[in-house]
Amino acid sequence: MHGLFRTFVFGVLLGLVGAGAYLHFVPVVDLYRVPSHVTVQTNGGNQETFSIRLPGDRIMAGRPGAAAAVPAGLAWPDAPAFDGFEAELFKIRDRDDTVIGVASRMKRTAGSGDGFVQWVVHLPARGTMFAALEANPGAGQARSGTLRVGTGEFEFRRGSVREVFVRDDTDSDPDNEGRIDLQVALIGLQEESR
Amino acid sequence: MKYLISLILGLVCGATLLLAALYFNPFVARQALSPLAVSDNVLVVLNYSLVPADSLLFTNDGESVRKPFPLKVQELWEPAVQKTWVTVAELTSVRGEVVGVGIKFASDSEKSRPLRGEALVDSVWHIYLPGRGTLLVQQVENYWSLLMDIVVPARWSSSDSWRGNWHNSITVGPEALGTGKVIGQTGEFAGLSAEAMESVDATVYSALDGPVKMHGSLTIARPTENPAQ
Repeated sequence: MHGLFRTFVFGVLLGLVGAGAYLHFVPVVDLYRVPSHVTVQTNGGNQETFSIRLPGDRIMAGRPGAAAAVPAGLAWPDAPAFDGFEAELFKIRDRDDTVIGVASRMKRTAGSGDGFVQWVVHLPARGTMFAALEANPGAGQARSGTLRVGTGEFEFRRGSVREVFVRDDTDSDPDNEGRIDLQVALIGLQEESR
Repeated sequence: MKYLISLILGLVCGATLLLAALYFNPFVARQALSPLAVSDNVLVVLNYSLVPADSLLFTNDGESVRKPFPLKVQELWEPAVQKTWVTVAELTSVRGEVVGVGIKFASDSEKSRPLRGEALVDSVWHIYLPGRGTLLVQQVENYWSLLMDIVVPARWSSSDSWRGNWHNSITVGPEALGTGKVIGQTGEFAGLSAEAMESVDATVYSALDGPVKMHGSLTIARPTENPAQ
């Protein structure tokens, strides 16, 4: 009987230690990762392009008074204070067309006060980028701007972000609008100071 | 054979004891008071609903208790974004007036450690306040207290729900005081660098439908010496 009890107590201790070790060493959250397609530049920085297929990757398009809100049923605020303001939400893809994150784009037209275009790109396994772009597009309807702040692997990086709309005429799908490319060229603060 | 059964029973009891200790862990502090409440800074309080149907938009993997809203919104089912959820909410002032729109991205954090009472989430708010400007709020949030105090009791309840009055700060970083980081971008927030705390007030939670009466408050502490003011 004593032997049985001792085995039981040993089991309790083993269960405590084993469960503790499991919770300590096995991560409860294991984010899915895909290989990054980064091109290393001669200055030590790197370049990467993220893509958004339209309209398939558009999760939300919020505009005051917009008849065709995305998604259907979106009740976007229509107060006069929101005139000229748009917010969109997208899925973000890498060069292999794999969804790797989500992004928001906020825009206020320059005619309605201080115009701006801002992106927040959230890549769960990597970090988040916040970029501010020029309000008015330049040549080829492209906008340029800078990375203002980053988190995760983008925390100590600075650089440029370029938004380019690419019309895709090769696709026979009449609903296909094209794609948005976000071309990001970043350099670490350490490399920059050298 | 009886020794093997005894060992297995012991293992099960040991693991259960550990789970019970985690659940009733007295060393996991509830943070009801925000460190920003005792500062001299000007506080900007933005409230929003945590009930998906009261948001402008809410989406996740589509398999969680909180259901995406509106009905036809795209779900984040792809492997890389499965542990991410996005809320687009009208932000209201303490008087209940709509003062802006915020988009919140939140992802489960790999730094979560149940043994330390940490169910961490990395989040970012992208906020537009008409007539005032735009800002970004980066936070590390801990939902352990909410899980232990509300979600688990709701699942145990025969009515599959929880009712009560619960208030807690969920922000635990990334700043040194356990506050979130605010980066102003345009308008009166241009150049602003400040701290933020987010808290949750809950009164009704359903184990089947998620939050029923629950709202969040994002408090931004603007330094009084900020030249933007």
